[in-house]
Amino acid sequence: MTEDEIYAALTQVFRDVFDDDDITLSPATTADDIAGWDSQAHVNLVVAAETRFGIRFRTAELESLHNVGDFVQLIATKRKGA
Amino acid sequence: MEQLAWLPVHEDLGAALSAARRIADPAERLARAMHLSGFRRDFTATGRIERLAEAGLAAPPAELGLVPLRLAILASHTVDHLVPGIRVAGLHRGLAISVHVAPYGNYRQALLGEDPALAEFAPQLVLLALDAQDSPIALPLGASEADVEQAVAARVAELRHLWRRARERFNAQVVQQLLVATTPPLFGSYEAMVPAAPRTVLERLNAALRHAAREDGVLLLDLAAQMAGQGPADGLADPVRWHQAKQLVSPVMAPLHGDLIARIAGAVLGRARKCLVLDLDNTLWGGVIGDDGIEGIKLGQGNPTGEAFLAVQRYAAQLGQRGIILAVCSKNDMAVAEAVFENHPEMALRRGDIAAFVANWSDKAGNLRQIAKQLNIGLDALVFLDDNPAERDIVRRELPGVAVPELPEDVALYPAWLGAAGYFETVGFTADDAARGRSYALNAARQAALEQTTDLESYLRSLEMVLTARRIGPAELPRATQLINKTNQFNLTTRRYTEAEVQALADDPASLALALRLTDRFGDNGLISVILARPDASLRPGEWLIDTWLMSCRVLGRQVEAATMQVLTTLAAQQGIHALIGEYRPTARNGMVADHYSRLGFKPMAPLPDRPEGTLVWRYETRGATPFVHPIALDLT
Repeated sequence: MTEDEIYAALTQVFRDVFDDDDITLSPATTADDIAGWDSQAHVNLVVAAETRFGIRFRTAELESLHNVGDFVQLIATKRKGA
Repeated sequence: MEQLAWLPVHEDLGAALSAARRIADPAERLARAMHLSGFRRDFTATGRIERLAEAGLAAPPAELGLVPLRLAILASHTVDHLVPGIRVAGLHRGLAISVHVAPYGNYRQALLGEDPALAEFAPQLVLLALDAQDSPIALPLGASEADVEQAVAARVAELRHLWRRARERFNAQVVQQLLVATTPPLFGSYEAMVPAAPRTVLERLNAALRHAAREDGVLLLDLAAQMAGQGPADGLADPVRWHQAKQLVSPVMAPLHGDLIARIAGAVLGRARKCLVLDLDNTLWGGVIGDDGIEGIKLGQGNPTGEAFLAVQRYAAQLGQRGIILAVCSKNDMAVAEAVFENHPEMALRRGDIAAFVANWSDKAGNLRQIAKQLNIGLDALVFLDDNPAERDIVRRELPGVAVPELPEDVALYPAWLGAAGYFETVGFTADDAARGRSYALNAARQAALEQTTDLESYLRSLEMVLTARRIGPAELPRATQLINKTNQFNLTTRRYTEAEVQALADDPASLALALRLTDRFGDNGLISVILARPDASLRPGEWLIDTWLMSCRVLGRQVEAATMQVLTTLAAQQGIHALIGEYRPTARNGMVADHYSRLGFKPMAPLPDRPEGTLVWRYETRGATPFVHPIALDLT
């Protein structure tokens, strides 16, 4: 999966979780940019991404997911390792 | 098994949700959400369905038939992420569930102290969602069995106090979540030998909770048992989710979790299914009886496929023994199909187990309608089990009220899928339930007797009926409450009450709570009718409002109503009551009793204050009334 493909798939995950088909992501997108991205939605995002990409984030990694770029990098690394 | 595996898969749920979001009318979005709630869905789709429904739920249109229910969750872990799953599973069952989540970890304060928000919410259902980390029983590993027993008893006593508070303050039905093990065993298989080992303590606590719940009329939510084998193994008690957000149930499992709770809510409100309708060829046996003949079908011991079909039959037979009505709907010749039940030596189901047997070449939707009519139950009481995906699809389209589970390719998995779907969740199990299947079969014998008699009067007399009326006591309370919550058709007011509320009315010396039982020469029909009569603020002294009059449709057409009226007027007179006020509150289901009171000689009167629109009111003076004519002997002792 290329980085572009991960972005596309992750965008769909965000759109589903926030029920908003207009969401577009950039590496710098953070919780401040998306209405409803609170701590509960964050867990939902993590779990939805895990399901979509067939990976599990480690507990320690959860603390490093601050923006969309972090998400994509971690997903790419994990998928390469898988 | 994937979670919600029994729900059909939508061809493109995401696109359907995006399209539905663009609908302007909230009521129409709600209707679309109800439709989509019936498809297999993950937690994100479930969340989207909830949002689709939300605005419409503020004022749901009556034609959607949604029944409101207020659920309070008092939890010692995070549950907010589970609310959409509960509400959407409710929509799937025609329930508009509003959920109040008490502040995290504050369940004691919520029940023992004053919680104005909870009091204002006035929950009908209170779920105590506790976990093993909360108030753990901390004993040294060397503690004795007696120490453990004592600690367990103390914890259970505390919870029972909370249950009582919930009942007293809100008249709510309490649901206690059993504890889920969140730590691995310390001793492996030896664990249970050590009284104070954490898992041993947990199991004892759960066993004690089960026992106490049974005594106190509390219902249980057993997540570990109900989720086992469904969804990912780490969906329950995933340590990552626990450390991250104190979630006992992962968001992944929210759809199934919500379904488990909505089942209980549905059962409390009498929305559980009552009847399992079975297809025959390749559902109850392997092969096609019309082609393969009785020797050619696969059924029974000695052959893996035959054993798998036998297991399906055995599971259905067991459901019959717990009171689920069994019926057959098959494309076959009647004589050929019935002959298998009579003559095949390996059949676990016998002809007498089947209350309605329909085998012909007409379409199944029409036949299912006929079965519902014959059994006097609604289409929404039916579950239809059929191996053929095309038939399943047609029935779902034609009769959306009928539950039609998806089934796996392998028949060996049918019982597990049917069981997992939880169609027959219940809030009680009584001797009447165990006898019900038999009772429906006896109705067939009564029908045969009727066909041999020339007139109805002599037929009814020949039944030698006895109507037994008892004030509702501990023996009658569970079944009476069950009837109050599940009777839809012969039900004048469709008021639903919890056991605690029925008990309160039965304890009130100024009121009357009656349970009626009908026996005849074919056997016992069980507890078939409930009457609640009481003084009312809108009435004068000496008058009773018939708050509730309901009857099982199994005994329709037997003049039980007239006999019941005689019982009621007799008992009313004994309590100094001279007038009975009957109400008819129309619903989509109770049209059959619109004329009930006028048939019994009640006179129409002006509406009472604060009643729903369309309510009709009737009055009956017990003084100088003419005696009721009916062929039923009364037992009022």
